[in-house]
Amino acid sequence: MTTDQTSSFSTGHEGEPLVEMRGIVKKFGDTVVLDGVDLDVHRGEVVVLIGPSGAGKSTLLRCINGLEQIQSGTIRVAGEELVYKEKHLNHVRSRIGMVFQSFNLFPHMKVIDNLMMAQRDVLDRPKQEARERAERLLERVGLADKADAYPEKLSGGQQQRVAIARALAMDPEVMLFDEPTSALDPELVGEVLQVMRTLADEGMTMVVVTHEMRFAKRAADRVVLMADRGIAEEGTPEQVLENPTSERGRAFLAELSEE
Amino acid sequence: MNFFEHLVDTAPIFLDATVVTLRLTAMALVFAMALGALVAWMSMSSVAPLRWIAVAFIGLIRGTPLIAQIFVLYFGITEVVLLPAFWAGTIALGVHNSAYIAEIIRSGFQSVPDGLNEASRSLGMSRMQTLRRVRAPLALRAILPVLGSQFIIAVKDSSLVAFIGMRELFQSSRNLAASTYEPLTMYLIVSLYYLAIVLALTFVVSRIERRLSVHRR
Repeated sequence: MTTDQTSSFSTGHEGEPLVEMRGIVKKFGDTVVLDGVDLDVHRGEVVVLIGPSGAGKSTLLRCINGLEQIQSGTIRVAGEELVYKEKHLNHVRSRIGMVFQSFNLFPHMKVIDNLMMAQRDVLDRPKQEARERAERLLERVGLADKADAYPEKLSGGQQQRVAIARALAMDPEVMLFDEPTSALDPELVGEVLQVMRTLADEGMTMVVVTHEMRFAKRAADRVVLMADRGIAEEGTPEQVLENPTSERGRAFLAELSEE
Repeated sequence: MNFFEHLVDTAPIFLDATVVTLRLTAMALVFAMALGALVAWMSMSSVAPLRWIAVAFIGLIRGTPLIAQIFVLYFGITEVVLLPAFWAGTIALGVHNSAYIAEIIRSGFQSVPDGLNEASRSLGMSRMQTLRRVRAPLALRAILPVLGSQFIIAVKDSSLVAFIGMRELFQSSRNLAASTYEPLTMYLIVSLYYLAIVLALTFVVSRIERRLSVHRR
C-alpha cells in the first residue's frame, strides 16, 4: 500500500479529500477484483477512471456509495466513514449522485416525478420546492419541455440527461458516472458529454468511468489508469494519456490507438 | 323441450349455484393471495430454510392433482373434525392457487431490473421506500395479467369441488343431467355460465391493466 502515490503530484486541489479510499479490497466470491486500492478525490476535482474492461473501474466507483460492499479497507466521504448499516448508507448516498450506463430512469413515472421522488421522500422537501428545483434542472440539461413525458418516449441521450438531472436534484457533493455514454448511439454521446463538461466547469466534484478519451483529455483534472485489480498509473491527462510510464499504461494506450 | 326452454327452466337453480361458485372462488382467492404473498416472500428471502420450505411447498402443490388435494383435505380433515364441504373446498382451492400465485408474484418482482433498485437506493431511498415507490408498482404491472389468467383458471377449477358434494355450478349440472336425462344440454348450459363468468372477469382485469399500464398512451 503506497499512500504517497496520490500526493506525488498536484492538481491544485488540496486539503481534506472529499472521497478517501484506503486499501480497498473487493472480492466476488473467491475472485479478487480490487486488491488494496487507494484513491483520493478532492472537492472540485474531476477524476476520470480509464483502463481495460475487467480492471475494476466500475467496481471501485460502486464502492464509493456502497453499492458494492468491500472486504477490507476504509472509505470516507466528507470525513464520514462508510459502514454498511441501512440508515447510514441512505444518508451517505443522498449526498452522492450516481449516473448509470443504462440510465435506470423509473419507467412508471413521468420525467418530473423521476426528479421529484427522492427530493420528497429522502430530503422531505415541500412539493413546490421540489418541483421548482426539478424544473430548473431540466432546463439546465435542455429538457424543460419533457417534464410530463414518460422516459420511454425519450432518446437514450435525453434519458441520460434526465438521469443526470435526477442525481443533481439531491444537491450532491460528488457525482459518480459509470460509463454514462457506453449505451448510447454515437450521435447521442456528444449531448451527454456536453452536460458533463458544463458540470465540471461549474466546479462539481466528479468521478467518471469512461472510454471517452476526448472527455478525459478536456475535462479531467486527473486520469487514473486501472489494470490488474489496481491503479497502474495516475496523473494529469497529458502525463497518463500521452506519456504513460507504466507497462500497462503503454499497452492500454497502444490498444486504444489501434481502434 | 328445446335448448332455450331448458336454459330458462334451469335458470333459478343455476343462478343460485353461480352465487355459490363465485363465493367459493372469491374466498379461496383471497386466501390464496395472502398465502401466496407469504410464500413468495419466503422464496425471495435471504434465509435459506425459508426458501427451502417455499420451494418444497410450491413443488408439492404444483406436482399433485387438485382433485387429489381436495379429496385428501376433505377426507383427511373429516377424520378429525367434521368440516363442511364448502370450507374443505375453499381451503383446498385456496392452498392450490397460493402455490401458483406465489410463483407469479416472485417472477413479477424478479422482472424488475436490478438497475432500478440501485438507482433508487443511490438516491438515498430506503429499502422500504424503494419497495413502495419503485419495485412494487413495477412488479404489479408484470403480475396483473398473469394473475388474471390464474383467477380464470381458479373459477373453472372450482368445478372439481362438486366431487365432495358441494352444490355449486358443476354439481348442479350433474344433478340436473341425472334428473332430466338431458346430460348434453345440461353440460352445455353450465358451460355457458362458466363462460359468462370468465368473460366478465377478463373484462375487469383488462380494465385494471389499462389503468395501471406503465404510461398512459
